[in-house]
Amino acid sequence: MSVFFHLFIEFFQIGLFAVGGGPATIPFLMDLPSRYDWYQVSDVANMLAVSESTPGPIGINMATYAGYNAAGFPGGIAATLSLVLPSIIVIVIIAGILDKFSKSMYIKSSFALIRPVVTGLIGTAVYGIFNTALFTDANGEFHIPVTLLLICIGFYALMCNKKLKKLHPFFWIVAGACMGLVMKL
Amino acid sequence: MWELLELYAAFFRIGGMTFGGGLTMLPMLKHEIVEKKGWAEEEELLDYYAVGQCTPGIIAVNVATFIGYKRRGIIGGVFSTLGMISPSLIIVSILAMFLEQFMSNQYVAHAVGGIKVVVCALMLNTLVSMAKKTIKGKLTAAVCIIGFLVSMFTPVPRVLIVILAGCTGIVLYKMGRFKA
Repeated sequence: MSVFFHLFIEFFQIGLFAVGGGPATIPFLMDLPSRYDWYQVSDVANMLAVSESTPGPIGINMATYAGYNAAGFPGGIAATLSLVLPSIIVIVIIAGILDKFSKSMYIKSSFALIRPVVTGLIGTAVYGIFNTALFTDANGEFHIPVTLLLICIGFYALMCNKKLKKLHPFFWIVAGACMGLVMKL
Repeated sequence: MWELLELYAAFFRIGGMTFGGGLTMLPMLKHEIVEKKGWAEEEELLDYYAVGQCTPGIIAVNVATFIGYKRRGIIGGVFSTLGMISPSLIIVSILAMFLEQFMSNQYVAHAVGGIKVVVCALMLNTLVSMAKKTIKGKLTAAVCIIGFLVSMFTPVPRVLIVILAGCTGIVLYKMGRFKA
């Protein structure tokens, strides 16, 4: 029972404080392994891989996966429902005062700083994901130069090539899987 | 009751057929909600999107809740959201089960190793595009760097970092130093 209680508390908080959608939940998800043994920081990269390559909002997919790791299928449901509950509450409250809400200087000024701070948090999360991807391969060996080079090439392709940019994330995932098999990453 | 099921089914389709989440969902939402069902005007949908990005939580869920709430009140919002999250719950749970059993397989492990590299590139891309969207001037750049450093090197809870940033914004506004 207590694992469901903890899932509720944690994912309700994530839903309430992850401003900016799916990616904003990642810093919080990377923080959970320090307090619970549901999954490890190194699993977050796998979770992201699955979430990017399956349909549905990425944040929802991540929460389902995290909850599944914690307590199986019911855990996935518990984590996801807890994640969306704050959204429903907040929107029911503000739906009647939508204009007032979006024009409020208090809302505007607080969000003007919340957004960049969340970007900073995501920076830490990206560092963590790099750390786990760079420092171990399937055999527990280091492949830092090779992996780093591959990441740079992928990033460059994503940023600078308009055609590649529009490609479906699923294509990237499949390409990554093939590359991993060929290079034994 | 019929309309509630219709809301559930419509958002189930949207959730189950879009990859990438967030903004990639907009064309699908437009097709299903504006053109097919006539549940909202296009402009209204864009408004929900804008507000959905400034309210906490998953953007797609926020938009679903707005539309459901507008149609049938709180229960409508709940049904829309449940529809949006149902495909994820089913598909991801099955995949998670599958991966758990096959991770010990050498080939699966190598494939996942390669996927991790791609995920790193995609994440870096997300980070850069978020930085471009959220950093507008010295103040926001400083806040971003402080957020990064504090979350990187101190055990301060991330929730607290977000709250402090929001409060700082309000304090600066009250002091008249900040024009949002």
